Amino acid sequence: MEITFYLASTVAVFTTLMAITRANAVHALLYLVVSLLAVALIFFTLGAPFAAVLEVIIYAGAIMVLFIFVIMMLNLGEEAAHQERQWLLPGIWIGPTTLAVILLVELIHVLSDGELSRTAFAVDAKQVGILLFGPYLLAVELASMLLLAALVGAYHLGAGDRGEDR
Amino acid sequence: MASTIPINYALLVAVILFALGLIGILVRRNLVFILMSIEIMLNATGLAFVATGSRVGQADGQIMFMLVLTLAAAEVAVGLALILRIYYGFKTLDADALSRMRG
Repeated sequence: MEITFYLASTVAVFTTLMAITRANAVHALLYLVVSLLAVALIFFTLGAPFAAVLEVIIYAGAIMVLFIFVIMMLNLGEEAAHQERQWLLPGIWIGPTTLAVILLVELIHVLSDGELSRTAFAVDAKQVGILLFGPYLLAVELASMLLLAALVGAYHLGAGDRGEDR
Repeated sequence: MASTIPINYALLVAVILFALGLIGILVRRNLVFILMSIEIMLNATGLAFVATGSRVGQADGQIMFMLVLTLAAAEVAVGLALILRIYYGFKTLDADALSRMRG
C-alpha cells in the first residue's frame, strides 16, 4: 500500500509539472488527466475510496471532457502552440517560479513541525453518506443551487447573441 | 483498516501540487492554461481535505472534498463558456492582450 502511495505521488507531481509546461493544450490536458488519476490512487491508499471514485468520475471524467470539448471548438493549431513556446521563455517564468518556490519551502517548513507518526484511518462511503444526508443536508442543497446557477450561467453565455438580435 | 502512510506526506504532495498550480497561473498567458492551473489548485486543496479527514478518521474531509468538487465543476462550466465567448469576440486568448482591450 505504501509503495503505491509513493509511486502515485511521484506520478502526480511529475505529470502536473508536465501539464503546466506544455505548449500544446491537448498534450497538457492529457498529462492533467493522468495527474488526476494518480491523485485518485492517493485517495484510495489514504483510505477514502468514495473520494477516489468521485475524483475519477467527475474530475478525470466530466471536467476534463468539458476542457477537451472547448479546446476542440477553439481549434487551436500549430500556430497557437508556437506562440505558447515564445511565451514560455526563461526570462518570463523564472521570477514567478522563484516566488512560488519560496512559498512552497515555507509551507513545507510549517508541515515539518507536525508529528510524522500519524497515519490514515479508512473512511468508507457509508460514513460519508450518513453525514451527507444528516448534518450536511443544507450544504448539499446549497451545492445543488450553485450547480443550477452555473448551468443557467453557462447556457446564457454559450447561447451567444441570439437573444440580443430580437 | 488503517493504512501506514504518514499524513504529512500526503499533505506534502498537496502543497507541492498547489504550488505547481500557482506557478501555472502566474506563468501562463493563455486563458485555457490559467483555468487548468486553477483546477490543479482546487484539486490540491481537495487532497489536503481528504488527507486531514482520514487523519482523524472522520468523513467531514471527504464531504468538504465533494463541495470543492461541486465548486470546481460550476467554475469550469462558467469559465469555459466565458473563454469561448472571449475567443469568438476578440480572436485571442492572451490574458495580457485582453487586459488592454476595451468593451
